[in-house]
Amino acid sequence: MAAVAALIVGALMLLALGANPITGYHALLRGAFGSSDALTSTALKAVPLILVGVGICIAFRANVLNIGGEGQMVVGGLLGTLVALAFPGIPGPLMVPLVLVAGMVGGGLWGAIPGALKAYFNVNEILSTIMLNIVAVQLMNYLLAGPLIDKTLTTTFARIPQTRRLSPNADLPIISHATGLHAGVVVALLAAVLVYVLLWRTTLGFRLRAVGLSREASRYSGMSVKGTITLALTLSGAMAGLAGAVLVFGSLSHRMVTDGSATGFTGSAGFNGIVAALFGALNPLWTIVSAFIFGGLLVGGTAMQIAVQVPSSLIVALNGLVVVFVVSIEIVRRRYRLRLEPALGAGDVGPGPPPAIEGTEGLPGSAEMVEG
Amino acid sequence: MKEFLTVSVLTATAASGIRLAIPFLLASLGETMGQRSGVLNLGVEGVMLLGAFGAYYTALQTHSLWLGALVGIGVGLVLGVVTAVVNVTLKAEQGISGIGIYLFGLGFSDLLFQKLVGTPTPINSLPVLKVPVLARLPLLGKMLFQHSILVYVALLLVPVLAFVLNRTTYGTKIKAVGENPAAADSLGVSVTKIRYSTVILGSVLAGLAGAALALELGIFQQNLTQGEGFIAVALVYFGAWRPTGVLAGSLLYGMVAAVVLTWNTLGIIPQSASGLASMAPAVITVVALVFVARRVRQPAALARAYQRGG
Repeated sequence: MAAVAALIVGALMLLALGANPITGYHALLRGAFGSSDALTSTALKAVPLILVGVGICIAFRANVLNIGGEGQMVVGGLLGTLVALAFPGIPGPLMVPLVLVAGMVGGGLWGAIPGALKAYFNVNEILSTIMLNIVAVQLMNYLLAGPLIDKTLTTTFARIPQTRRLSPNADLPIISHATGLHAGVVVALLAAVLVYVLLWRTTLGFRLRAVGLSREASRYSGMSVKGTITLALTLSGAMAGLAGAVLVFGSLSHRMVTDGSATGFTGSAGFNGIVAALFGALNPLWTIVSAFIFGGLLVGGTAMQIAVQVPSSLIVALNGLVVVFVVSIEIVRRRYRLRLEPALGAGDVGPGPPPAIEGTEGLPGSAEMVEG
Repeated sequence: MKEFLTVSVLTATAASGIRLAIPFLLASLGETMGQRSGVLNLGVEGVMLLGAFGAYYTALQTHSLWLGALVGIGVGLVLGVVTAVVNVTLKAEQGISGIGIYLFGLGFSDLLFQKLVGTPTPINSLPVLKVPVLARLPLLGKMLFQHSILVYVALLLVPVLAFVLNRTTYGTKIKAVGENPAAADSLGVSVTKIRYSTVILGSVLAGLAGAALALELGIFQQNLTQGEGFIAVALVYFGAWRPTGVLAGSLLYGMVAAVVLTWNTLGIIPQSASGLASMAPAVITVVALVFVARRVRQPAALARAYQRGG
């Protein structure tokens, strides 16, 4: 419903810009899903969205609004890069897991800071994560243009902020040489399944969701609310950090590169992952599906740009609309359910819907941002 | 460092600090009104971007800076109504809907810029309006009374909004709705009407803040605001939800930015580390949030949608 609404607004925007929306959307679909190359690009674009998105599922389910995916990706990518630069000789089977874990540690650390600040100092996590995004990007710009810059590029005009080619031992294994599909896809799918299991099949997951639904009740039942909040943001950041590392070691150039803009390294995946997770009803498995759709939108956006001369930033605007629509439609759904339930009676409903089709009702109605 | 510590450089830096503080000040004054009534509007950054583009494009086409500022206000008005519908009527999760508005503003302003303008074309920036007599004061004259009209407007808004909040019935209603909407509602205050008014006012000021930024710089580019809107939201916490507190915070940010700029030009900070220096505002914000959260209580109903009987 939110997607349809956003697509309609998008079509109106295309019309207003003097482009034919049918031609535009057709080019977008073909560019995203029309060939095996297109599908590969879409899948690879979806990888960071899945990873950030399942991290967002963890945080939002615990009622912690992590907007820091961008910064956590950057720090994850940086730490992975530093490890690869420091120990280039480690053999591949050991190296790849090592740099990916380094990414998770980096992102986890960047999530743990706002997590602890929220839990122990009542600092609003939305604001602190956004600020840490800015800090991370500036840190990256400094490191990539300074101490970590590719020294082989001696000519000044060629000095892009990027590292030298990282150790080939750290390259993510290629699955299909014809299309360039790499193991990042496997990592993302595996992570999504693990997060699903974590959230719904373990006590830790129960604790995360319980704290998300009611901090008071969790406290009375003896759970450590502060620890859980910190952990939620740490795990969430670790997933984004993993996304950053996958972006570095799965890239075609096998370097960490940016262009000096705020989203030069991440390609906004830290924000778009939030969109994917919300659209996937904060369920890791549905997030895979929605990340694939949004990956397609991003890849197809470029094709649309060529076909109808509409800048692909239209997709960014549409993503924003999807977010607004998803959170706005929430209330309509909730009202409908309220009216329905008393009529059915509690006993007649039978076992609740399986988690896989659960709605966003786990998303708490009001963020208790700073308590008392 | 010696070049920095001269009277003329210091006054020029202070003057530019005040100028740089204005977008922060306008946006966070508006956000203060919304938050006092219990609505967290995180979309400020997006509104600023669209306001900035609207003002820039209008000024580019009509050569009228006044019209540009007016369009910035208009953009804020429209987005304010949208934000109010989403956050107040549809009771959306405010922390997330704001991110949606931000992404929309980020994408749409860039889309319009690329489609309608393409290559960055500078426009005339706002003319300096010297206040008669006062502008000729030594030191203070250059610091305070040789600015563009928007600077004076923003500074005047501080006492005006403080008066509205603390000395008028409307202000009392705003605070009541922000602290205890159910009680306000039972006394016949329309929570919805009050929140609509503050959210729209806040968004108008955010649009004007964007316009001020674009017209002061005389240019627009993708992501022109670079997080200033988010910092403006943080400044409301920093300023303890009071217009004067927000003024102090904005001035601090403006001054820090101005000092970094001056140090850069004078070569006091090496070029390679200038990026590191631009982390300063974000780091200060996080540290400030820690202190504020311990000392000041936020409006009790902040970021909570009001549901009658709920």
